[in-house]
Amino acid sequence: MAEPLFTADEQKKFDAGIAELLSHYPPDRKSAAMLPALRLLQTMHGWLPPEGMQQVATRLETTVARAYEVATFYVMFHTKKPGKYVIDVCTNLACALRGAEGMLKYLEDKLQAKAGENGEKYFLRETECLASCGTAPCLQVNEDHHENLTKAKVDALLEKLS
Amino acid sequence: MSVLAEKVITRDWHKGANHTLDGYQKNGGYEQLKKALTMAPAAITDEVKKSGLRGRGGAGFPTGLKWSFVPSLEKNTKPRYLAINADESEPGTAKDRFILENDPHLLLEGIGIACFALGAHTCYIYARGEFKHPSAVLDKAIAEAYAAGIFGKKLMGTDFELNVYQVRGAGAYICGEETALLESLEGKKGWPRLKPPFPAVVGLFGSPTVVNNVETIASLPRIFEKGAEWFMKLGTGKSGGTRLVTVSGAVLRPGTYEVSMDTSLRELIYDKAYGQGLPEGRTVKACIPGGSSAPVLTADELDVKLEFDAFKPLQSMAGSGGVMVMDDTACMVRCLWRVARFYAEESCGQCTPCREGQPWMARIIRKIEEGRGEPADLDTLVNVAQAIAPWPPIGLGNTICALGDAGALPVQSFVQKFRKEFEDHIAQKRCPHGETPWGVFGEFK
Repeated sequence: MAEPLFTADEQKKFDAGIAELLSHYPPDRKSAAMLPALRLLQTMHGWLPPEGMQQVATRLETTVARAYEVATFYVMFHTKKPGKYVIDVCTNLACALRGAEGMLKYLEDKLQAKAGENGEKYFLRETECLASCGTAPCLQVNEDHHENLTKAKVDALLEKLS
Repeated sequence: MSVLAEKVITRDWHKGANHTLDGYQKNGGYEQLKKALTMAPAAITDEVKKSGLRGRGGAGFPTGLKWSFVPSLEKNTKPRYLAINADESEPGTAKDRFILENDPHLLLEGIGIACFALGAHTCYIYARGEFKHPSAVLDKAIAEAYAAGIFGKKLMGTDFELNVYQVRGAGAYICGEETALLESLEGKKGWPRLKPPFPAVVGLFGSPTVVNNVETIASLPRIFEKGAEWFMKLGTGKSGGTRLVTVSGAVLRPGTYEVSMDTSLRELIYDKAYGQGLPEGRTVKACIPGGSSAPVLTADELDVKLEFDAFKPLQSMAGSGGVMVMDDTACMVRCLWRVARFYAEESCGQCTPCREGQPWMARIIRKIEEGRGEPADLDTLVNVAQAIAPWPPIGLGNTICALGDAGALPVQSFVQKFRKEFEDHIAQKRCPHGETPWGVFGEFK
């Protein structure tokens, strides 16, 4: 028997969260809450497991296929459990002109990770422009934003990731 | 040098705590919403029309005119919606995020004014999923506005109900396109809709909806404070106000600046108040003026003013104010490959020319950059681009939305203006820039 998705308390919190989200939409448009509902699930559970998406679909009165369709369209949603630290490195043009490709290589070497491959501890990925063009290069660790990066700053950042 | 006469958007950013309701009100905040609520809705729209305010998301469409496309309540009794596009993701663009971080109430006050003018009782702010910090600041500001009785059942104590919700995206460039944004707000994947009908008539949940950019709506409180004529006079030509632009790449002082629309690209790059030029010995080779979908300009084309209509003769656009500068040691093939990869990755997959064409172009450019190119490749590249959107640009490509054009037009412009670099790669069977394709600041230190 697999472990349940949520403890009783978590389930309560999740249900209250969904109810709050549904109040933002017309009563006959429950499925509109799909993105915020999936975000809530991912925030609480770390990723989007099948039983969680089933819960979202049921509460939003839609099909689980719809939940999968949305979950797989948007890159921030994880339908597989990601490493403890998801590191998104912008390598778009403005960052590339300020050393982003070198920064990605530096991270690959330091973390012994390959960009795009999920690992137990790190999921290092290339991502697209993060609106730090005037403060490049930049990256995000579990959605926390870091900009104006140098080797020294990246070293300091990585030291905090245990 | 065209000096910025007065700051509009960034005016109070240096004043402490402007991002809180308390600080914002100390700087005169929400007085303009109070004033607008005493006006007739149609008179508000007229003021906006007179101000020359144009959409800051990239298209530069006149805002008041957009509002006037919403049918009257007699003709269409459905609820109206305002959707704020805070999905800033055009490469090179970094401005809306700073409004959310530094002045969220300026946006919220603008939303109040716009919703009252439009008769919209619900506003959704669609914020980019990656904007964790800006979204947190905005959420706090919304909560403050509700707690202070600004939003809710009674908008600033009037009988007009207004609810404002933030919805966060989840990583899809396409959702910055207004109909894809509406699809996403409806809880779906972001596939753009055929137009017409336009959102002003059939938008969110089938209702009349106006979609406006953050910077556009944040301009409203100032227009009502100082008057439409003042705003119009700040601008040039048919465009009122100032612009937030981001200069990045090979300049000494990259950053986001509020500028007069009378400022030229050259001034933005070289002036000491802005980019401060390039390191000694380096010159500009190329400049993308309005986000990466804007066709590239050469060093000879930098005297263009940062106004919406000024770029048309150059077959480019002012776009979203993302100015990216490449110096004389940067590789144009490598730069274009990076741009093409983005559009290949972000094509939503709905229309065949874009879904198949963008990755095809990216593969050809990569092949050339890696020294495997053949002479016929350049013609193929141009043909594929031409099949997605015609060059010279006519504003309408062969796809449902403008993402097709956004990926195809840069390719055409790079090949046309820097053809010799592509030919050199093919002839020498390598990138002449070797390991250092990114120019003067390309090394990670």
